[in-house]
Amino acid sequence: MELVTKDRNTIDPLEAIETHNNTATLAINPLESEAIYIFREVVAQFEKPVLLFSGGKDSITLVRLAQKAFYPSKIPFPLLHIDTGHNFPETIAFRDKLVKELGVELIVRYVQDSIDQGKVIEEKGKYASRNSLQTTTLLDALEEFKFDAAIGGARRDEEKARAKERIFSVRDDFGQWDEKNQRPELFDHLNGKISLGQNVRVFPISNWTELDVWSYIAKEKIEIPSIYFAHTRKTFVRDGMIWSADDAVYREEDEVVEERLVRFRTVGDMSCTAAVLSDAVTLEKVVEEIRASTISERGARIDDKRSEAAMEKRKQQGYF
Amino acid sequence: MEVLKIATAGSVDDGKSTLIGRILYDTQSLTTDKLEAIEAKSKANGFDYLDFSLATDGLVAEREQGITIDVAHIYFSSKTKSYIVADTPGHIEYTRNMVTGASTSQASIILVDARKGVIEQTYRHFFINNLLRVKDIIVAINKMDLVDFSESIYEEIKADFQEMIAKSEYKEQNITFIPVSALLGDNVVATSENTPWYSGNTLLDHLEGLEAQDVYEQSHMRFPVQMVIRPKQTHFHDFRGYAGKIYGDDLEVGDEITVLPSLTTSRVKEIYFFDQKFDKAGRGSSCTITLEDDLNISRGDMIVKNAERPNVGKQLEAKVCWMDTKELQPGTQYFLQSGSNRILAKIKGVSGVIHTDFSGEDITANSLKLNEVGNVNILMSRPLAYDSYTENKISGSFILIDAHTNTTAGVGFVK
Ligand SMILES: Nc1nc2c(ncn2[C@@H]2O[C@H](COP(=O)(O)OP(=O)(O)OP(=O)(O)O)[C@@H](O)[C@H]2O)c(=O)[nH]1
Ligand SMILES: [Mg+2]
Repeated sequence: MELVTKDRNTIDPLEAIETHNNTATLAINPLESEAIYIFREVVAQFEKPVLLFSGGKDSITLVRLAQKAFYPSKIPFPLLHIDTGHNFPETIAFRDKLVKELGVELIVRYVQDSIDQGKVIEEKGKYASRNSLQTTTLLDALEEFKFDAAIGGARRDEEKARAKERIFSVRDDFGQWDEKNQRPELFDHLNGKISLGQNVRVFPISNWTELDVWSYIAKEKIEIPSIYFAHTRKTFVRDGMIWSADDAVYREEDEVVEERLVRFRTVGDMSCTAAVLSDAVTLEKVVEEIRASTISERGARIDDKRSEAAMEKRKQQGYF
Repeated sequence: MEVLKIATAGSVDDGKSTLIGRILYDTQSLTTDKLEAIEAKSKANGFDYLDFSLATDGLVAEREQGITIDVAHIYFSSKTKSYIVADTPGHIEYTRNMVTGASTSQASIILVDARKGVIEQTYRHFFINNLLRVKDIIVAINKMDLVDFSESIYEEIKADFQEMIAKSEYKEQNITFIPVSALLGDNVVATSENTPWYSGNTLLDHLEGLEAQDVYEQSHMRFPVQMVIRPKQTHFHDFRGYAGKIYGDDLEVGDEITVLPSLTTSRVKEIYFFDQKFDKAGRGSSCTITLEDDLNISRGDMIVKNAERPNVGKQLEAKVCWMDTKELQPGTQYFLQSGSNRILAKIKGVSGVIHTDFSGEDITANSLKLNEVGNVNILMSRPLAYDSYTENKISGSFILIDAHTNTTAGVGFVK
């Protein structure tokens, strides 16, 4: 069989192996090849990498790519989950199952602990979210285990500040991103040299779009949590967005709860992730829906809507 | 679908970000929420038009100052292609970020402000695109609306640019000129009625017609070893795989190979991609290979075909583009990194600074300042396998890493 890396961007959800004149060809995407290359560079250049695992589709995709990069060895780094306590229960169950199958180590650190230790203060009221509190818990965890590289599933197409990020992105002692002074990054020569106290955030799927991720999940038949598919859920509407009617989400008395057929496009903290109306119950339908969509994935994230530069500010402070 | 990687270039305020924003808008690639944000911000800034540069200038400092500071990577697709656009800054202070964007691009759109014509920064950016050997160049003569869509102005600028091309070294570059107005959209996606004298393609049509190619181009097969995979599990007890990405050409099971710099030889036994085995793998593929013989191979080594050996040595001559505020001085040590290979190196000497306006060289110079390009002689502590950049882009290029700050201080192109 022949392996080719084709210059095509969107990963065809159809079966990738084609047979012509008795030679079977597996066509892989340059984006997949690039991500595998990056994973290997991280493991070779750093002493203690870790994969930040949220249970969302991007981090699940990362796990699959890591499996491919090091086969037949196991994934040579642990997964770290920063648990806000406001997770969708489906994603936690999914996470535990996946970790067991892969035989990798999972580390969980809780935002609740940071709150109890008085390191961060819980937000209150209508727009309260634990999303930004995660940063403190994350930085503490990186320090606790002396991780020098944290691999994440952020993509440049997600948000305008992320569009500016390097693949190896250096953070200082305080976890801060110096966005006006990033290292040049040329060809495939990735520079992972850092000074004591610094660490690097690594983004293997930087150049993937949301559609690329979904097409890949479909092509690889990767299992993902059920909340990504259309399901009936108790919800309410605020500011034109649909919210899960759950204890973790603050709701005013006049905000009416109704059952709706919805799914989630992105899975973050429950208190800042809105659902979309959808009847997409299969991966193929989800891919179709994304292709036709006229709003961006983060259009459903209230944390980005807080201010125009919300993401950049959070990143400067060490957020993912 | 093919993927075409392009970068923008040109002086500050020539309209690079506006042009990319305009393409996104005219191809309906801006999602509703992003478009609404641009509308709101344009209004707040007191403009009576849509400021499309806001589509790519994502940092607060950029939006405040109205300039681009660092590369933005933008993704959109047309009917036939997926595009990855690196919108780069024009300001001289951020030249390193422009080089970053251009290094992984097959095509560059160099903008020229029709009112200003070819200026110092146009020279510099064209020079860098030439040095990088970016295959396709589109010279977009922009802001035609501010010069009444004058054909003679367009022709004058084109002639100036062609004079510069005549002096350049990389002659195989495809260069195309297009008169545009990024702000109003003339000849960007739609053909302009204001330029009846121009019969060429619109910018997007031209891009659609380009054949998408891997930036690393067809050449000799190079396989830099990233890591050795030794699972040590019962099932794969003796497995010893070399993980890396194939550059230049195909690799086949049975190929006679040489490992560099040790010069040991063997044959390719297996090629793995994940849990599948292949008889042959194409360039661009990240895979894992095993060899017939047990050799001592580690990260940084390079596997090549026997008949296609590169140079191996402790000394090389390169053109270096300097990107650090701390000058490049003879006698100083840097880490030289080419792909997966990082070697301690010493600058033996600088034999001249090349003028980026194609007016020759200053041979009296013996150091390189920020944004300068010069001829540099480098000595390495261990032998390196390398090609000339014109023959192979990956094994012919390297970065220099400051041994104290660890920053990427320069990029080199082997002669
Ligand atoms: N009239 C007119 N104005 C334009 C045109 N293109 C850009 N501009 C204006 O020129 C200014 C600079 O545009 P930008 O797109 O930010 O320029 P840039 O090349 O990206 O600048 P840097 O990234 O900072 O180097 C803005 O005010 C634009 O609105 C055009 O075709 N016509
Ligand atoms: Mg700009």
